[in-house]
Amino acid sequence: MIGLEHYLTVAATLFVIGIFGIFLNRKNVIILLMSIELMLLAVNINLVAFSAYLADLTGQVFTLFVLTVAAAEAAIGLAILVCFFRNRGTIDVEDVNVMKG
Amino acid sequence: MTPTVLAFYLFAISCVAGGLFTVVSRNPVHSVLWLILSFLSAAGLFVLLGAEFVAMLLIIVYVGAVAVLFLFVVMMLDVDFAELKAEMARYMPLALLIGVVILMQLAIALGVWTTAEGVEIAARPDAVADGGRHNTDALGLILYDKYFLLFQLAGLILLVAMIGAIVLTLRHRVDIKRQDILQQMYRDPNESLVMKDVKPGQGL
Repeated sequence: MIGLEHYLTVAATLFVIGIFGIFLNRKNVIILLMSIELMLLAVNINLVAFSAYLADLTGQVFTLFVLTVAAAEAAIGLAILVCFFRNRGTIDVEDVNVMKG
Repeated sequence: MTPTVLAFYLFAISCVAGGLFTVVSRNPVHSVLWLILSFLSAAGLFVLLGAEFVAMLLIIVYVGAVAVLFLFVVMMLDVDFAELKAEMARYMPLALLIGVVILMQLAIALGVWTTAEGVEIAARPDAVADGGRHNTDALGLILYDKYFLLFQLAGLILLVAMIGAIVLTLRHRVDIKRQDILQQMYRDPNESLVMKDVKPGQGL
């Protein structure tokens, strides 16, 4: 029988993979954004699992809001990335030092 | 092993494997494709939990919009990804260390975790709690009633994100020819046309 702990384990693993990806791809902003999406997905799995096992729909409503914010964040992040690439010709995060005095 | 258990392990393994290959893949296009696999598997998990509406939304929004946006940006930008990936081995020990530490912490938290008094965790996911109502139906009722303001604010966030993305990426190029409608309308025929009486067989 699949219990709540099974889903929490999957979500925790996915979240840690997201953090791992952020540290692993320090230079590539696109993979960084994908790692953030993975972490948000892990949070969504947690919310939906609790919602189902506690028989309370509020968790799923919050999943919708997390989904909305994640989509907006991805759009803005990629727009900033395109802007940055046009100016600098690279997407290396360590080159982001235009504002440095 | 019932089909439900089998499906859970299938979706869970492909979800985690998709996430792992997303972050370690050398080619960013492959990364996006692994990410899509991860999202689809998560949608399968949601279906197993009885949250059909969120599952379908995940497929439409994430796979249909966000992943395609990622794919579009990856293919549009001419980036030398091999150079960016070259230093991945340098960060590997630190990333592994932090990953293992956080995983341990989560395991400890899961180990000592108990529910509060009066909270009962069901043995199986009972999605239909609201008098046998369908998931989408119940979600719509609660979303348009109790969380209506938050719902509107979510729409506002999407609007702001859309305008922001357009403003950030819109580029007015000055080195190309474009139609100037006002200039066309203000053009006076008397200044731009000259009538000439050309004799036959002579030309100008």
